[in-house]
Amino acid sequence: MDTSEDILQQASPGLIPGSGTARAAKPTRLSPSFISWLQAGPMMLVFLAFFLIPLVFVVIVSFWDYNEYQLLPAFSGRGYTDTFEGCIAQLPELCTIGRTYVMTLKLCFMVWAITLFIGFWVAYFLAFHVKSKTWQMGLSLLCTIPFWTSNVIRMIAWIPLLGRNGLVNSGLVKTGLINHPLEWLLFSEFSVVLALVHLFTFFMVVPIFNSMIRIDKSLIEAAYDAGATGFQTLVNVIIPLAKPGIVIGSIFVITIVMGDFITIGVMGGQQIAAAGKIIETRVNALQFPAAAANAVILLVITFLIITMMSRIVDIKKEL
Amino acid sequence: MKEGRPRSFYVLAIFFAAYVLFLYGPMIAIYVLSFQGPQGGLTFPMNGVSTFWIAKLFKGTGIVDLGAAFRRSLLLGIIVMIVTVVLSVAAGMAFRRKFKAQSILFYSAIASLIVPSIITSLGISLEFRIIDDLIKAHWNENFETSMGLLTSGLGAHLTWTLPFGLLIMFAIFNRFDPRLEEAARDLGATPWQTFRHVVLPIILPSVIGIGLFGFTLSWDELARSSQAIGAVNTLPLDLQGLTTTVTNPDIYALGTVISAVSFTVITLALGTIHVLNKRQAAKGSDAGQGLV
Repeated sequence: MDTSEDILQQASPGLIPGSGTARAAKPTRLSPSFISWLQAGPMMLVFLAFFLIPLVFVVIVSFWDYNEYQLLPAFSGRGYTDTFEGCIAQLPELCTIGRTYVMTLKLCFMVWAITLFIGFWVAYFLAFHVKSKTWQMGLSLLCTIPFWTSNVIRMIAWIPLLGRNGLVNSGLVKTGLINHPLEWLLFSEFSVVLALVHLFTFFMVVPIFNSMIRIDKSLIEAAYDAGATGFQTLVNVIIPLAKPGIVIGSIFVITIVMGDFITIGVMGGQQIAAAGKIIETRVNALQFPAAAANAVILLVITFLIITMMSRIVDIKKEL
Repeated sequence: MKEGRPRSFYVLAIFFAAYVLFLYGPMIAIYVLSFQGPQGGLTFPMNGVSTFWIAKLFKGTGIVDLGAAFRRSLLLGIIVMIVTVVLSVAAGMAFRRKFKAQSILFYSAIASLIVPSIITSLGISLEFRIIDDLIKAHWNENFETSMGLLTSGLGAHLTWTLPFGLLIMFAIFNRFDPRLEEAARDLGATPWQTFRHVVLPIILPSVIGIGLFGFTLSWDELARSSQAIGAVNTLPLDLQGLTTTVTNPDIYALGTVISAVSFTVITLALGTIHVLNKRQAAKGSDAGQGLV
């Protein structure tokens, strides 16, 4: 136990003035930069071993050769040529990989647009309309709790609602709006987009809320006093100031959807092709170089999208 | 300046309520459906009420060995939680002063968060396959695999939980008053004493938050585990496997049990955070109370 007496005793030899010299005056011989290494090193090592080196391996293996059952560590572009097979021969028709990416980007765009709309207004409500801190906390928590529960469960949760005999269909049939159950509600593009929006709007709400909460309320009052309408304040004051949050949220949502294969698999009834799913299919077929080549392509496209978006805002400054 | 609520408040309040219903409605539907009667099917209406399906799950007469998967997921979740908390707090402290490689660590964390999970997962699996091949070629021909729950699986989960931990630490120290530490140092506390008796008690509620993220993100993790977990499955992987084959409420019962664990952890964590915040508010400061 360190009692206050101990602390006082240690203090008595000489009061230490600033924080900078405090460490130097201690008997410990650890230099500040060494302490930093001790503190940050373990996390750096984890990222090195399980993220950076694996990424390097993905790039290397994408140029390896393969046969039915094993990797052959010899240079080959087969992973890529197999992936782009027929892309030139079939012109102007899109080849498989082209169609897959068009599909992925289409899903991406739809999910992005919807999550942005919902996320923006949910964040707006929490930041500007909920005045009490307690309520703000409580309601934010309400939005966060599902994020801590299983994604698969939140996906299969739609089955009893959207299935052929599900609540929605039986409700619509009963009210006489339709005669036959709608088939496109489940295991379709619709259900994929719905589930992705359901799962990932959270990633939009948090950063946008974070930006909005930092907006100085007197700016809004100033706009009001200067005669701006609510709409003008929104477009000219709030949206520009919330832009960092919007961009960060967009990056999250777009990268998640670009690489998704689970939601698209489960909610699409394993019928919809997407960039992430190709990688999974190739891995299941033990065609690792082809999987890696697809991963590199996906990585490059994702990276391009992020670079474009981060031109708009300096991410590091905003966190 | 007392004004009534503008009309936009009511419009957005309804919008918000609809969003919350959208978030929770489907989940509640499957929790209810997991209490189907023995004859019940995958959809409403309920065919009686029973705990038949949940009991069946625990009897282990289900499709896969869920008990083992449950224990594996729990073990992994707890280890991931502990490692995430320790490494995040340590790295968060490091970021309070400048150090070399600061931006490398920062960008690694952000990249790890946004690089699609399937790529990270594939990379880890390739890495371990290559390690295996090297071991087989040079040391031990009978070597099976170095991939596993607590090697590649643990690593895969950490690439997902650590960025969250680090970002939460940034948020904490943005609000942290460094004068408190200076005061401790002026009173002669060693760096460790300052951390143990001043910094840690203040940041403890948020540290529990990091633990909450660490456990729940690992407990439900799927995409990164998919290629990197090795021969055994975690609970979410088993659940995902069931989505294509199962035609009775088994799957809802499993979903309900998994969620029950999540909600228990969430409640415990939030409860503890609440108690700690209360205590801080009550005992944290004696400012303005005069000399007692």
